[in-house]
Amino acid sequence: MLLTTAIALVFFYAPNDADQGFVQKIFYVHVPLAIVALIGFVAAGVMGVMHLRTRDDRWDQRSYVAIHMGVIFGVGVLATGAIWARASWGKWWVWDEPTLVSFLIVFLLYVTYYPLRYSIEDPQRRARYASVFAITAGAFVPINFIAVRLAESLVHPRVLNQTAGDMPGEMRLTFLVALAGMALLYIALVKLELTSKHARYELRRLRRLLEEEDRPSGAAAQPIATVPAKPN
Amino acid sequence: MPALPLDEAGKYVAGAYGVFVALILVYVSIMAARLQRIEREVQNLTELAERKLKGPR
Repeated sequence: MLLTTAIALVFFYAPNDADQGFVQKIFYVHVPLAIVALIGFVAAGVMGVMHLRTRDDRWDQRSYVAIHMGVIFGVGVLATGAIWARASWGKWWVWDEPTLVSFLIVFLLYVTYYPLRYSIEDPQRRARYASVFAITAGAFVPINFIAVRLAESLVHPRVLNQTAGDMPGEMRLTFLVALAGMALLYIALVKLELTSKHARYELRRLRRLLEEEDRPSGAAAQPIATVPAKPN
Repeated sequence: MPALPLDEAGKYVAGAYGVFVALILVYVSIMAARLQRIEREVQNLTELAERKLKGPR
């Protein structure tokens, strides 16, 4: 509902940008996607810390899903950014712009999370290594953000500066509603993914238990530990 | 670059919002397919449990 409100505000309330005109409307989807994706990556790092502290596999699951969703949002950031760049600058991509390249680096860094995770078979070791990755990469995100802020921007505008990007009130309100909507969408999708994974895990466990009952008594004495590890 | 005229800018804006909607739709479709698999698995397990309850004790 918040996203629908945001879209209505984008097209019927927020004024057209004096410099870019109508094409600036992409801002309201591109920037919230980027902010939510980056916060998701940092949150995944915090969840990685929680996993290493508690050894509770649920934190590893949450960290994995937060990264997974961040990568999906990252695809959206790159795609909408490329379209906006083409409309504003006449190019799909500008390689010497720190903001663009740094986001691409962060995105590619998180893409490497998947091969790392799936290349380790032992569930405990996989969860540990994945958490270490999430923490390291999660720490890299704010460092990268600060570095980009310090660098001189060529064409990409700065949004979260001290003057709030010089946005007029209507634009700022629309942007904040869009940001809140995007954050809620992220949380809803993370919850959906976690619930689905948990349901599949419990079903697999139930099947194992039912099948074990069928086996002759000697073979049935298999420990519960043979239940497959929690899903990736 | 000067601001694009509305008819040309509209294509880019529609493209960007279209990408966003498409991304969400693809994800939701994948989740729906997964949910169907879970539903089938629940049915199978229910049948298995029922057979066990009805079978010789």
